[in-house]
Amino acid sequence: MRDNFRAENDVTTNAVKIAARNVQVYYGETHAIKDVSVDIEDKTVTAFIGPSGCGKSTFLRCINRMNDTIDICRVEGDIRIDDEDIYDRRVDPVQLRAKVGMVFQKPNPFPKSIYDNVAYGPRIHGLSRNKSELDDIVERALKRAAIWNEVRDRLHAPGTGLSGGQQQRLCIARAVATEPEVLLMDEPCSALDPIATAQVEELIDELRQNYSVVIVTHSMQQAARVSQKTAFFHLGNLVEFGETDKIFTAPEDPRTESYITGRIG
Amino acid sequence: MPASWILLIIIALSVIGYFIAKQRALASGGGDRRVLHSLPKYYGTNAALAAAAPALLILGIWMILQPVVIDSIISSNLPEAVQADRGERSLAMADVQRIADGLDTAVSRGAMTADEAVDIRVGASNVRERLAEVGVALGSEVDANTLQMAQEYRALTSTGNIWRAIAVLVVALGGLAIAYMMTHKDFRARNSVERAILSLLIAAACVAILTTVGIVFSLIFNTHDFFSRYPAEDFFFGTRWEPSFSGRGGASDLGFLPLIWGTLFISLIALLVAVPLGLFSAIYLSEYASKPVRSIVKPLLEMLAGIPTIVYGLFALLTVGPLLLDVFGRDGVLGVNWMSGGTAAMTAGLVMGIMLIPFVSSLSDDIINAVPQAMRDGSFGLGATQSETLRQVILPAALPGIVGAILLAASRAIGETMIVVLGAGAAASLSLNPFEAMTTVTAKIVSQLTGDGEFNSPETLVAFALGMTLFVITLALNIVALWIVRRYREQYE
Repeated sequence: MRDNFRAENDVTTNAVKIAARNVQVYYGETHAIKDVSVDIEDKTVTAFIGPSGCGKSTFLRCINRMNDTIDICRVEGDIRIDDEDIYDRRVDPVQLRAKVGMVFQKPNPFPKSIYDNVAYGPRIHGLSRNKSELDDIVERALKRAAIWNEVRDRLHAPGTGLSGGQQQRLCIARAVATEPEVLLMDEPCSALDPIATAQVEELIDELRQNYSVVIVTHSMQQAARVSQKTAFFHLGNLVEFGETDKIFTAPEDPRTESYITGRIG
Repeated sequence: MPASWILLIIIALSVIGYFIAKQRALASGGGDRRVLHSLPKYYGTNAALAAAAPALLILGIWMILQPVVIDSIISSNLPEAVQADRGERSLAMADVQRIADGLDTAVSRGAMTADEAVDIRVGASNVRERLAEVGVALGSEVDANTLQMAQEYRALTSTGNIWRAIAVLVVALGGLAIAYMMTHKDFRARNSVERAILSLLIAAACVAILTTVGIVFSLIFNTHDFFSRYPAEDFFFGTRWEPSFSGRGGASDLGFLPLIWGTLFISLIALLVAVPLGLFSAIYLSEYASKPVRSIVKPLLEMLAGIPTIVYGLFALLTVGPLLLDVFGRDGVLGVNWMSGGTAAMTAGLVMGIMLIPFVSSLSDDIINAVPQAMRDGSFGLGATQSETLRQVILPAALPGIVGAILLAASRAIGETMIVVLGAGAAASLSLNPFEAMTTVTAKIVSQLTGDGEFNSPETLVAFALGMTLFVITLALNIVALWIVRRYREQYE
């Protein structure tokens, strides 16, 4: 872990990548997300924090329309990526998800080889013309996910045989291989040990060079370490959104203060 | 004392045991339930079990062994010549038993007194007529020796029954007494009842296993008998199946190959129908169907599995066969004249395939559902469509299980009888034409055993060799299938 690493506040100049306005989400009768509006910037790590069940994962899944796969889920409001409404009829959720990659809480490599796991996205989106191009894409993705050195000799071993931390980095490699513009991470470290967590956090900071990263986390230390912007959710509401430093040192809302000091949640 | 009385007494004893043990347990705790180790009902159950279980066990064993023992004692009195031949010996013993039973019946109906029955002599009275009066018909005149043996049989049986009653009741009372003495507030009655339940469960499991072992042994002995009358190489490698039934004389050709060919050919047709249809419907149900559709379609599909196979057989014979004949027959729609009769490998195969659909679809559906949602999320999250996810992630992950399901369906197909008997015809032929009549191993087992052939002839005994071979094949298929399914299950749990 890099002790001296701290989120830097050089993000004010970045353009807005994702703009959400008055987003409401319902699961059947339950009103899970209440009127959330937020601007997520490009080349920035944005952390969503909040107690369990506050809707942060639900909101994350709205950004790549993963909630479409849940029958009873209904999304209202407006979410724009690069000023394009992603809930517009003309948008194909399948193409949207290629542009907005996602990494899940539990590492979920496919029961295929490491190579095939990473090549999965490029193959279905036709990103390579031949085998050597695909090899390059796989190698680049694995390198970017900081796992290349560990798996370069066993690319054709099953991905499920890796350790938990390696599996999660493999899933990150799999997500970046499709060249997304936004990377959504739903508690990517909750199933990992501290060392693997440190590796993934370091990786997230590097991914910031190319992507807009949104990370849901339960650990406030993690949010403070990796993010430049932080959004605090409580009971389906977006309570406070701002610079990470400010949220953690001088929160405006009393609920935010209670949460980060450990009084609610 | 008849067995039913003994049974009633045992039940009464165990009911009494239940209440007195419960009472004693409460008394030993000074009336306070909380100082007892177990609930009072456990003390009662323990005593009831101690009274009933060993006594019933002895009663059962006694009832099985007594006739065997008496039989062997009596039959040693038979003439040497009769004893030597198994058939004659069992006939003679049947006579003895019949007379003994007849005398018992006569006594119980009041047609004779017990003393008359004991004193009855061949010369003094006509035994056959006396017995006929009470409704016991005898095949021939009773000779003195048989009558004497029958009397001996009666005597031994009644002595045996008295000892049986004494032994069983002593054991029942003893068990009750021991359980009653042991009943005390510190006695762990609950644990001992649990142990009794455990042994009951083990016994139930053993019945199934022992039955299987019994089936296998009966197959093995009869198969061995068959091979001592018919050369094994002619059976396994013979290409002609032409049994000649006794009476006509002449040797039979009992070649196994045409039968197994028919079996495999029809099973293959059935699987070609069942696997795609079953698999596709499983995919639709598990991945695409909405909840209401699924809740209606799945039970409907599984209802196919509940239709008796004879009904499928009728469907094959009366509907599918004529339909196929209209298409592929002489004056059919296609004008090809491939098919000469309604019964053909294709008829049976198609109908059997329909029968197998629920096997494939239901198992595959479970297996596809067992693939974790995380796999689907991962694939959707990368921008894959539903069918890409299905083809590239879910089916490969579920493949071993699906193969297992298909193998289970295959072993069902190989063992299927009624559809084949009605739909496939009776001629054993080594043909490649699916529209020709064929027959299978199972259908031939039926026809060999239901004919009026002598039981000891190879033409009849061949059924056991066929059954054994079929058993080995389906057993192997099932083992492979279960092994594959289990290996798959370990992957995610």
